[in-house]
Amino acid sequence: MTNLQKNKCIDIQTTADDHRIAKLAAFAIGLHLLEAVLPSPLPGVKPGLANIVTLFVLYRFDFATAAWVSLLRVFASSLLLGNFLSPTFALSLSGALLSLAALFLTQYLPLKYFSAVTLSVLAAFAHMVGQLIIVRFWLIPHTGVAYLIPVFMAAALVFGVVNGLLTNYLLSLNPPQQHQDKG
Amino acid sequence: MKSTKPLWGDILVVLLALIFVGYLFKSLWHQEHAAKLQIRLGDKIYATYSLDQNRMVDIQGPIGLTRIVIANGQVRFASSPCTNQYCVHQGWLSRKGQAAICLPNQVSLELLGGEKSFDSLNY
Repeated sequence: MTNLQKNKCIDIQTTADDHRIAKLAAFAIGLHLLEAVLPSPLPGVKPGLANIVTLFVLYRFDFATAAWVSLLRVFASSLLLGNFLSPTFALSLSGALLSLAALFLTQYLPLKYFSAVTLSVLAAFAHMVGQLIIVRFWLIPHTGVAYLIPVFMAAALVFGVVNGLLTNYLLSLNPPQQHQDKG
Repeated sequence: MKSTKPLWGDILVVLLALIFVGYLFKSLWHQEHAAKLQIRLGDKIYATYSLDQNRMVDIQGPIGLTRIVIANGQVRFASSPCTNQYCVHQGWLSRKGQAAICLPNQVSLELLGGEKSFDSLNY
């Protein structure tokens, strides 16, 4: 690039952290999009594979990075899928916020006894609760929703365990020392 | 973290979560039998019957005669003058909170328990 061209560009200062967050969020967005095209027996029941990335980031980096990756994923995926600010987006966002809240609390559990499985299950439950709050108080203000709660929670448990195990596996493939020298 | 051996905390959490989900199924999927039937015609309560007694009710609505049958603690629309017959196809209702509505003839059935459970909350 010549100097003239350089001056024309808007130069945004980015740090290594930003690049890392962007890279990780891109993974999460990819998984989110992949999942969006999969058919689901019940609207709202999804494996939540993108949460594997969030969990991985939480373990290998810190909570702030995980929160960035999770929320960027929600916003960017909704833009890509064309449902930004739609009910789907609201469900996704409230789920992500509550599951981040769950992760914020559970990250302090002793690593000796609790692995990503615990965090994943609790985050999945929180995600469902976040979605059900939106469903109950905004989308379908009817107690009939209560009949679906056990189904949703059972799905959250199953996918929570699976995602947790996958996260554990990924973490074992990527020992911490490979990543700690970054940034 | 490197070990793939299950951790005690994880097992505990998953077990508790299983119990929690089981409890949810048990408490939210209760099949409480209804005790009473409330029939509405238009915006008024037409009648309230106990489900204990077998009975046949004929109601004159705006487009004709709707027949409702109560038998063995269940209730159904037996016949209706409407064209779509959705109400008749609902079949027998027996659980608390169930409802069947015939919009064309403005007749609706709602099953009540000992005390009415919420069907919706307004703010």
